Amino acid sequence: MVRFLGLRLARALLTLVLVVTFAFIVLRLSGDPALLIMSADAPPEAIAAFRQAWGLDDPVWQQYLRYFTAIFRGDLGQSMRDGRPAIELVAERVPATLALTLPALAMKIGLGIPAGIYAALHRNSFADRAVMLLAVAGFTVPSFVLGLLLVLVFAVQLGWLPSGGQDSWRHAILPVLTLGIGGAAVLARFTRSAMLEVLGQPYMRTALAKGVPWHVAVRRHALPNAAIPTVTIVGFMVGSLLAGAVVVESVFSWPGVGRLLVVAVANRDLAVVQCILLLVATTMVSANLIVDLLYGALDPRLRAQAKGANG
Amino acid sequence: MNTLVTIRDLRVAFDGVPALHGIDLDVGSGEALALVGESGCGKSVTWLAALGLLPSKAQVTGSVRLDGQEILHAPPARLDAIRGGRIAMIFQDPASSLNPVHRIGRQITEALRLHRGLTGEAAREEARRLLDRVGMPDARRRLQAYPHELSGGQNQRVMIAMALAGEPELLVADEPTTALDVTIQAQILDLLSEIRRDTGMALVLISHDLGVVAETCERVCVMYAGRIVEETAAQTLFAAPAHPYAAGLMAALPPMTGVRRRLAAIPGGVPEPWSMPRGCAFAPRCPLRGVACDAAVPPLATVAPGHRAACLRPQSQVAATGRLLVPA
Ligand SMILES: Nc1ncnc2c1ncn2[C@@H]1O[C@H](COP(=O)(O)OP(=O)(O)OP(=O)(O)O)[C@@H](O)[C@H]1O
Ligand SMILES: [Mg+2]
Repeated sequence: MVRFLGLRLARALLTLVLVVTFAFIVLRLSGDPALLIMSADAPPEAIAAFRQAWGLDDPVWQQYLRYFTAIFRGDLGQSMRDGRPAIELVAERVPATLALTLPALAMKIGLGIPAGIYAALHRNSFADRAVMLLAVAGFTVPSFVLGLLLVLVFAVQLGWLPSGGQDSWRHAILPVLTLGIGGAAVLARFTRSAMLEVLGQPYMRTALAKGVPWHVAVRRHALPNAAIPTVTIVGFMVGSLLAGAVVVESVFSWPGVGRLLVVAVANRDLAVVQCILLLVATTMVSANLIVDLLYGALDPRLRAQAKGANG
Repeated sequence: MNTLVTIRDLRVAFDGVPALHGIDLDVGSGEALALVGESGCGKSVTWLAALGLLPSKAQVTGSVRLDGQEILHAPPARLDAIRGGRIAMIFQDPASSLNPVHRIGRQITEALRLHRGLTGEAAREEARRLLDRVGMPDARRRLQAYPHELSGGQNQRVMIAMALAGEPELLVADEPTTALDVTIQAQILDLLSEIRRDTGMALVLISHDLGVVAETCERVCVMYAGRIVEETAAQTLFAAPAHPYAAGLMAALPPMTGVRRRLAAIPGGVPEPWSMPRGCAFAPRCPLRGVACDAAVPPLATVAPGHRAACLRPQSQVAATGRLLVPA
């Protein structure tokens, strides 16, 4: 088990290193931060001074090394815009993003999983077809379309809710709905097919043949098996708690991490972009790690494999 | 011998396509009955329907009585008490018939609690005894095992232990050895016979292996395309099958002793369920087919005491007129 965990951790770290490197390369290749930040008609001396100050004249590999060693010391650099530590800028925005994504995650799980289970248990019923129709709709409509649609109906037409901004909890309702509906749809579809697969397994017939009542067989024999594939999707959703709201934050001008990212990329604010990417990648990688551990807890066959890998 | 289960005119259709065309079958207390026939003839469906285990898209009609009480379409609570408590059923593929995420001890004690009210240490102790009873080595430790940690034969022993947990009066074993090695097959069959001797439990053995049937069962029902076509004592069936299909099956059987000869397989195939002939379903493959065979389905009729066949020209009569059915 220790070696299994060690392997997973090593893989997680490698993923992070790759993400940071990739971000560095892409951002450095796509434009000169000095020109972007200083506006093109700034005096050449000022641009040169800026370059010197940020080390942009050094060879790229030196900048990369410097950046990388700094990260290991816990220093994620400063924003080129206002000179504040990037980590501070990003950390300020995290609560706003979580204020959208956490309720949305609760909605996805609380709505999507029960709907999927219900649909599977009442296969081909009217309710099943209705749930699946909604799920396909919620799943194919892009979030910015859904967001604009909700704004049109609830903000513009009915005037019930504000269309953007972050002044009260009422401002959060539409963005949370936008995020939650799509995710709930994905989860409902996924849960339904996982349940259907499990309900058709011979061990379900065995349970009924030994006299286990249907609802007990569903709870005790079907759900634990159907949970195994469903955990993957939920884990993915947990992993995108920080990054999953970029589009929705823009639509609703919600000052979260996603908006910061969009602005920082446009400004080539390297340190901020990289700080966000690192944070997002860390959440995803940690969520993955947790999913791996949960798999082991849920499925004894995988536990055996992990033991096998242990030697 | 009094009758335990009485099945009358049991019909099953899946989405309107009939799979069973009216099965009449009696199982006596303590008796060992075999149900044989080619794949798809309806052996499993017969018993899944009797226990209400078919998916809801199956339309089931007819009557299934247990000790005279109708159980077909009985309320769920009543069926739950019968399943595993009075009639237990085990299946072909033991590995996938056990729940992969639960320890086998838990899967056995689940049945013990349902049918005998045992919980906690008492249930665990009884589960261990049952595993011992079915010949599982190191039973106490095995209670902690997961199905994937056991072999196919061991899993089938667990299935049998689970079936015995409710002390049923009838065990329906649906091809219990098909997925197992030959040597393990014999062990499992011996175990079933032994348990039957000890407990007086009746056994319905579903199989397409006549060799298995010969050793284990007293009476045999031969099924073809959703009907029972012959019903008789096992010895009679082997010595003098009356239905040409049963005779064909015998001819296809490798000899128990002596040199192996080429098997005389029955030519042709089973008619598809949606295009059944109007008359005898076996007629298109039958060497004795006559005009009358295509007119109507022949009823199951007595050809000798305790021997019934659904054939207009049962083989014993044919033999008397000097015609030979199966080429050597
Ligand atoms: N769930 C189902 N849905 C649709 N058709 C089914 C279903 N179960 C069985 N059938 C059909 O019913 C017929 C009888 O099937 P059954 O499983 O009883 O055959 P069997 O005699 O047990 O064969 P085998 O030896 O292969 O187990 C087959 O034609 C099969 O296709
Ligand atoms: Mg079968």
